[in-house]
Amino acid sequence: MKHLLSAADLDRDQAIMILDTAAELASLTDRSVKKLPTLRGRTVVNLFFEDSTRTRISFEVAAKRLSADVINFAAKGSSVSKGESLKDTALTLEAMGADAVVIRHNLSGAPHRLATAGWIGGSVVNAGDGTHEHPTQALLDAFTMRKHLRNGSGDLDGVRVGIVGDVLHSRVARSNVLLLRTLGAHVTLVAPPTLLPLGVETWPCDVSYDIDSVLPRLDAIMMLRVQGERMHDAYFPSALEYSRLYGLDSARMARLPEHAVILHPGPMNRGMEISADVADSPRSLMVEQVANGVSVRMAVLYLLLGGMKEND
Amino acid sequence: MPLVLRGARPYGEEAVDLVIADGLIVNIAPVGSADGDVIDCDGLIALPGFVDLHTHLREPGREDAETVESGSRAAALGGFTCVHAMANTSPVADTAGVVEQVWRLGERAGLVDVRPVGAVTIGLSGERMAEIGAMANSEAQVRVFSDDGKCVHDAALMRRALEYVKAFDGVVAQHAQEPRLTENAQMNEGILSGQLGLTGWPAVAEEAIIARDVLLAQHVDSRLHVCHVSTAGSVEVIRWAKGRGVNVTAEVCPHHLILTEDLVASYDPIYKVNPPLRTAADVEALREALADGTIDAIATDHAPHPHEDKDCEWGAAAFGMLGLETAFSIAVKTMIEPGLLDWRGLADRMSVAPARIGRVREQGHAIEVGSIANIALVDPTGTRVISSDRLASKSRNTPYASMELPGTVVHVLYGGNITVRDGALA
Repeated sequence: MKHLLSAADLDRDQAIMILDTAAELASLTDRSVKKLPTLRGRTVVNLFFEDSTRTRISFEVAAKRLSADVINFAAKGSSVSKGESLKDTALTLEAMGADAVVIRHNLSGAPHRLATAGWIGGSVVNAGDGTHEHPTQALLDAFTMRKHLRNGSGDLDGVRVGIVGDVLHSRVARSNVLLLRTLGAHVTLVAPPTLLPLGVETWPCDVSYDIDSVLPRLDAIMMLRVQGERMHDAYFPSALEYSRLYGLDSARMARLPEHAVILHPGPMNRGMEISADVADSPRSLMVEQVANGVSVRMAVLYLLLGGMKEND
Repeated sequence: MPLVLRGARPYGEEAVDLVIADGLIVNIAPVGSADGDVIDCDGLIALPGFVDLHTHLREPGREDAETVESGSRAAALGGFTCVHAMANTSPVADTAGVVEQVWRLGERAGLVDVRPVGAVTIGLSGERMAEIGAMANSEAQVRVFSDDGKCVHDAALMRRALEYVKAFDGVVAQHAQEPRLTENAQMNEGILSGQLGLTGWPAVAEEAIIARDVLLAQHVDSRLHVCHVSTAGSVEVIRWAKGRGVNVTAEVCPHHLILTEDLVASYDPIYKVNPPLRTAADVEALREALADGTIDAIATDHAPHPHEDKDCEWGAAAFGMLGLETAFSIAVKTMIEPGLLDWRGLADRMSVAPARIGRVREQGHAIEVGSIANIALVDPTGTRVISSDRLASKSRNTPYASMELPGTVVHVLYGGNITVRDGALA
């Protein structure tokens, strides 16, 4: 496996290998010297066309803990704004000898293009593209759920996960549906019909418009960020109505099974999709998700650059 | 001395000698009986030169992508003897001055009849009507008016345009795309667009405008032409309208007869086009509609773009694909080979009907004595592998690169003069 572009690139064994590797690497963070020499002399470029400090830092820390050389390339101008084109940027990075390019882009498919257009020879890791996918986010979510619900090993067979919010515009939702399905979990998407993509009924998951009917049978609930501005495009009437119908507040949290955990990919809109007291409750795993993100990204870089065997 | 097309088979029928003099077909004689400058046409089918209702020649303004001359070369090599040059140039072809300039550039190139299309509204802005009368009465004698690339979405303005062109026997060629339903649209809206995270271009955005426009055309008793029909639903609406006697015609692009949306999964912008590639069911409906005459014509929507506008991310790329040099082959592959059209049918859809819709008197004539000698001589058994580096167009954005396609254009006569001989410009 050379690139990680979509959660669909991973079969069950590969996904579990990444999670197991991440678990091993996570033990590193408990040591006083947090560095491994694994990727010494390799160059990882963080190519970010979109502001995302948390994802960029997460990848940066991951690469540095593996002793890779890290170049942060904040490319403001894509060819959309008539700045340097993705192609020219890619050729530049290739000339500098990038072994892996971690790309975040506002346009869906940009990582796919970077990997397949023949511009570069190194590995490409999708760190979020448009409204398409964000596979390492799905991996860290799976890692977090596995730790709390399956003692940190194996797959997620039978785990019931609710993903609530703006599925239409969410790359996190797309990657999670694909990966969680691969790992045997049962996903229910919850959103108003306007925030679900056409054809969602063909996705490997259930769909509901009613959060309250779903809550009592969940093992994990993931709240997606919903931009208040969406109401200007008539996706919903007001932030208040959205929050009332789909937001997770303490009353709804109380209807979750006792063992159920709460995830959010961040950044949160407190008071919109999640209330402050829920966000700050001990059942919310947002801070842990961030820590796990580093481990999972270390595992991805390690396996892509160190070599992960293709499954037969 | 007359020109003799020896052994040519009009419409694939019996072989004859076609005798050409003074720009006309002056005699049709038994094979081997006519004297003159002989061109061996043994095994070749003679068809009326193709007429394209929808070509982007990009001049003035984007001569880096195409010029009237380079586009004329591409057209001639594709078997065309007439192209309609769309109005979305820079400046827009919304005045007599611009359409006359394009028309003169076409005359100067001298390879095909270049018929400028006039804009419906000033600057294609959809706000105020352009000087349609001035363009109609100019030397270019414009009869087709279109804001192509943009939809005349204001219903009242569309109604007025339909009414106004009646004075010149003109036609409004509508780019049917409801703008609010297609904001930032990137591909056909369906299961795949949801998976790929690309904003959908729903079929209803095309069909709703066509439905409105056929009713408007009926209401004001005028002539409507629908550009690049791409969905099965649009076919149904047009079929319904024709059944009610509405004076509507429609065109389909070669790429919509053969390519489907699943190609978009590559995120390769070579497949980015507007309207977008649709589903296999749409392709089937379009072929059937072209066969039964619900759709009147094949039109290329030849849309040259410089390489950098396609060698990038999908979302940043330009819409459009080349078509002039491959349209005939796609028609053979999708309509002749499956038996949906015979050669007379193909001649109608690629020459007679578009000439009639565009009111081009000199084009679309039958292969018979007295007709103007606009003739494409094609080899139905020939095949070729498409190479984007070997096209006459200044641009390279063909979606058929490295595909082997049937049907080759061997010789072309434009007004009795040879423009293409043995597959190369004469």
